[in-house]
Amino acid sequence: MSSRERVLARVQRAVGERPESAAEAYVREVPRTYLVEHGARTTAETVDLLAENLADYRALVHRTDEEELPYLLMRLLAEAGPDTVLVPPGLPPEWLAAADPVRLHDRAVSTPQELDRVGAVVTGCALAVAETGTIVLDGSPDQGRRRITLIPDHHICVVRVPQQVVASVPQALSRLDPRRPLTWISGPSATSDIELDRVEGVHGPRTLQVILVE
Amino acid sequence: MSGTFVGMPAFPAAAREAVGDATLRANLRHATHTIRDKRARAVAELDDWAALREAGRRIKDHTLRHLDTYLVQLEESVTAAGGTVHWAADADEANAIVTELVRATGEREVVKVKSMATQEIGLNEALEEAGIRAYETDLAELIVQLGKDRPSHILVPAIHRNRGEIGAIFRREMAGWGRPAPEGLTDSPAELAEAARLHLREKFLRAKVGISGANFMVAETGTLVVLESEGNGRMCLTLPETLISVVGIEKVVPTWRDLEVFLQTLPRSSTAERMNPYTSTWTGTTDGDGPKTFHLVLLDNGRTDTLADEVGRQALRCIRCSACLNVCPVYERAGGHAYGSVYPGPIGAILSPQLRGMGSEIDRSLPFASSLCGACYEVCPVAIDIPEVLVHLRERVAEGGEVVRNGARITVRPAKGHAAERAAMRAAAWAFRRPGVLRTGQRLASGTRRLHPRRLPGPGRAWSASRELPEVPRESFRDWWQRTQGGPAEGSTK
Repeated sequence: MSSRERVLARVQRAVGERPESAAEAYVREVPRTYLVEHGARTTAETVDLLAENLADYRALVHRTDEEELPYLLMRLLAEAGPDTVLVPPGLPPEWLAAADPVRLHDRAVSTPQELDRVGAVVTGCALAVAETGTIVLDGSPDQGRRRITLIPDHHICVVRVPQQVVASVPQALSRLDPRRPLTWISGPSATSDIELDRVEGVHGPRTLQVILVE
Repeated sequence: MSGTFVGMPAFPAAAREAVGDATLRANLRHATHTIRDKRARAVAELDDWAALREAGRRIKDHTLRHLDTYLVQLEESVTAAGGTVHWAADADEANAIVTELVRATGEREVVKVKSMATQEIGLNEALEEAGIRAYETDLAELIVQLGKDRPSHILVPAIHRNRGEIGAIFRREMAGWGRPAPEGLTDSPAELAEAARLHLREKFLRAKVGISGANFMVAETGTLVVLESEGNGRMCLTLPETLISVVGIEKVVPTWRDLEVFLQTLPRSSTAERMNPYTSTWTGTTDGDGPKTFHLVLLDNGRTDTLADEVGRQALRCIRCSACLNVCPVYERAGGHAYGSVYPGPIGAILSPQLRGMGSEIDRSLPFASSLCGACYEVCPVAIDIPEVLVHLRERVAEGGEVVRNGARITVRPAKGHAAERAAMRAAAWAFRRPGVLRTGQRLASGTRRLHPRRLPGPGRAWSASRELPEVPRESFRDWWQRTQGGPAEGSTK
């Protein structure tokens, strides 16, 4: 008997006879009495909450509009001072039209060691969750491969508001495609491993800037 | 489970030693109290916490009841998404599978994301024997690995270490494992985190094989989910060419939507955050992004045996948040090592004896490592009634009975050392069935109450060593009732 058969047989012996199928029982046995959203907010208030919660976990939040975006990015990159900035393949070219650092397209820097020498990365996102202060990346062309937002020490993420903002985790999951590799980001990398106290800045980007573009 | 814990003394002996360690007690007290208050605030933010907790409980119970169906569905989904699924009935099988998979890549080192399942099976030791070096990359796991120590907490395995001790370990040990600690490294947490970042980065960048566990597996889609904070998880899950995930079979949930419950309850319960910094989900392999090869090892190792126990099976709902450790008065004082398992604290006291069986002294003592105060049940985000299972397992230890081990039904004999307890309980049952005997006994006890010792003699000594004997009242309730018919007890003292 294979281990697969053995494990499955043990499960069947352990739980005994079941009168209905898993699918039938699931509908009946799993209540969804919890809230889809916590509290009632206008769209503008939801965006404000996102900004507040992002900042609470030490993301640096900036708000601007389409027209000003290239100049804000120019300023943020100039302040941080990297020579190079990594760009996913589908990033709208006008975003970095005013920026000084040399743009490196992903794929041009293929190895992790090469990525480690890049100063910053600019991406879009799939959506943002207001209640938890989370941005979610799904590997779309304006976000690129997972590694490009991981190895560089400075990540600038552009969120289009209000269309990319959802209030809650349930709303986020229903809009995301599970077949895509997802990365949920809530603030810069952190650890609670020393005396259960939160310290920002371990392996992921130590600076996370989120730009909310109206 | 892991060979690391073989030969552990039973809980009372290990706890006595731990309680005498003033530094350990101070470290634990500081850490658990810090997180306790934060958790309460994070949970209070959600008006529907009770409904989320109930939904979590129901999803897990439902899944366990149909575990075979969901495991087969998961296997199909993962396979369809480009992954390969392996089944391991026990630790040895899982270790053999993983070792063989790593060997097949030709690599001699792997990077690991913190994983309870791989600790449970002693994977690092098994790989070491095969000449493969496993690097732990979670900060606390790194502290444990560098300090040649054992984990003492589910979420923060180095919780028993304070910053001064961690700094000393880094300065002393890092050079032996790779990049040395920076010159002049102090004990500030930010500098310690920076030292870990520098030490591990070269390992991440060159790693070809990553090993992980998972917090959840979605049967419907074949998606695995890892919640973490530091980014070491993302490194291990996305940079290597080969990813091997070892996951307990109870981690499966039916649908993608089910995650909406646990992604709200797990972060708030474990690190007391609205959301942990990083959550990664992946479904098989993705062209051009992340590992080219993905293996999922489904681990039983005592889980189906636990499932066979109708009371004890609720322990399998556990999502490893560690909230129960942080509120436990026993854990706070005894620390994690005394539990002799990678699963310490209240959940460990019910999980370890069920996963491992009650063959060892430590596992027979664990159900007694509790005051039954119930704080663990109250904070549990999937409503595991830990006190209920503790009492159930105590009965199993004292009375023996039928259990399932390695899939076979066996009868365990009553454990030694509980003879006096059994005799006392039998005597009590006999007396309670005979009102006349009970009344005589109570009057006798009341009449002699000034003569009662503070400690029991003979076989009762161990029991009363850690308990105050209750004071016997001057009059029993029944006598008082018959005398007064429940009227005002004039002149009576308590």
